[in-house]
Amino acid sequence: MNSLAGITRATLAKDLRLEWRSKDAINSMLFFALLVVVVFSFSFDPNAEESRQIAGGLIWVAFLFAAVVALNQTWARELRNQVLDAYRVSPAPANSLFLAKALGNFIFVTVLEALMTPLFIIFYKLRALGPAWQLIPVALLGTWALVVNGTFFAAISLRTRSREIMLPLLLFPISLPAILGLVNATTFILTGEYSARFWIVLLATYDVIFTIACLLLFETVLHAE
Amino acid sequence: MNQSPSAAAVPPIIEIANLVKQFGRFAALRGVTAEFAPARLYVILGDNGAGKTTLLRSLAGLSRPTRGSISIAGKTDLREVCRQIGYMAHPTLLYDELSAMENLGYFARLYEINDSSRCANVITTVKLDPSLERPVAQYSQGMRQRLSLARALLHEPQILLLDEPFSNVDVRSAHDMVALLASMRSAGKTIFVVTHQATLLAETADEFIWMEAGQIVDRTAHLKTAEAP
Repeated sequence: MNSLAGITRATLAKDLRLEWRSKDAINSMLFFALLVVVVFSFSFDPNAEESRQIAGGLIWVAFLFAAVVALNQTWARELRNQVLDAYRVSPAPANSLFLAKALGNFIFVTVLEALMTPLFIIFYKLRALGPAWQLIPVALLGTWALVVNGTFFAAISLRTRSREIMLPLLLFPISLPAILGLVNATTFILTGEYSARFWIVLLATYDVIFTIACLLLFETVLHAE
Repeated sequence: MNQSPSAAAVPPIIEIANLVKQFGRFAALRGVTAEFAPARLYVILGDNGAGKTTLLRSLAGLSRPTRGSISIAGKTDLREVCRQIGYMAHPTLLYDELSAMENLGYFARLYEINDSSRCANVITTVKLDPSLERPVAQYSQGMRQRLSLARALLHEPQILLLDEPFSNVDVRSAHDMVALLASMRSAGKTIFVVTHQATLLAETADEFIWMEAGQIVDRTAHLKTAEAP
């Protein structure tokens, strides 16, 4: 257990340091999300009521596509110089690598969300009519749902020839329940029409199931040829 | 049985039995059977595509056999002996954005090495400066090779698997590396070197293993100079 936690911490610290120096993932994500906010804002020019109806879908689709950029980057740097082989020959547990990658992606996407949310609020004139504090658990649970599966499927598509295309093909269908939960919960909170509780519970359940499944299967994925 | 000519009495540390490795329809290894005694330096030779790197990757546990088995120190599950194996691949297996100490510091954690001086010592062993703070991306190719060797030596493995350790290394550094390998062999480590520069090891190696089309075709105590690459 100590080894799992220690190596997870070391791998996460290494990934954060690599990202701090290269800024590959965060720059690409920010640029992409910014484009979505501006382009959609000018294309639709919605009023406040329309914004509340469409913002849930818009925000999370933007974050989902932006997250895919980070997810691809996360494993791409392990392929350069075949560094992943150094991990594979070591006695380090496979799940440490998976957890560190998932936590790293969670941090990157959360930073993106924190930076982009004020822009969404300004461009779409958003004001929640429901309990706004619920947006925090929705964002945290939803982000984990996207990155845990994303990290896993990015690892699966690692050795395929067109992995940039393969990742969304694998990730999006399996993320549909989470996306549905995210969009509905966000819309309900913004419009204040219904309670978002069901969707929050669904997101939490989804997170638990898929985190366990990914942890159980990752060793096989890591050592596959 | 393909066995060392002069080490038959010593119990082998590595036993390979009818090892076959296929990539789709292509067989990279075709029934390799061999035994290797400990504390010896083996040089694996052969043309491109002969199966040298695949054999090394199989010994490192990176490539699973299609058929046959590998036993290292009596264990067939190579995960159980991974702490005893040091692997240096043709690519560096290093992060370009990190410095030498940062790279080795991270890999030390993977092996749960808590002695912070170990990284600096092993960097010094390969004649690099541990205080160099610039990222590995700014190293010369030869320096990267030496750092890659340092990474393989970090956890003091009993078996070293080195794939082209001398490529892009200047002659003096290559001779330094050969001297280092000789001293490690004398210290009881078993070393496998895949190289196209076999003459560098002509005086040092205990045995030359000749591979062709995925098979070991000969094992000699001396480098056959006429056929030497």
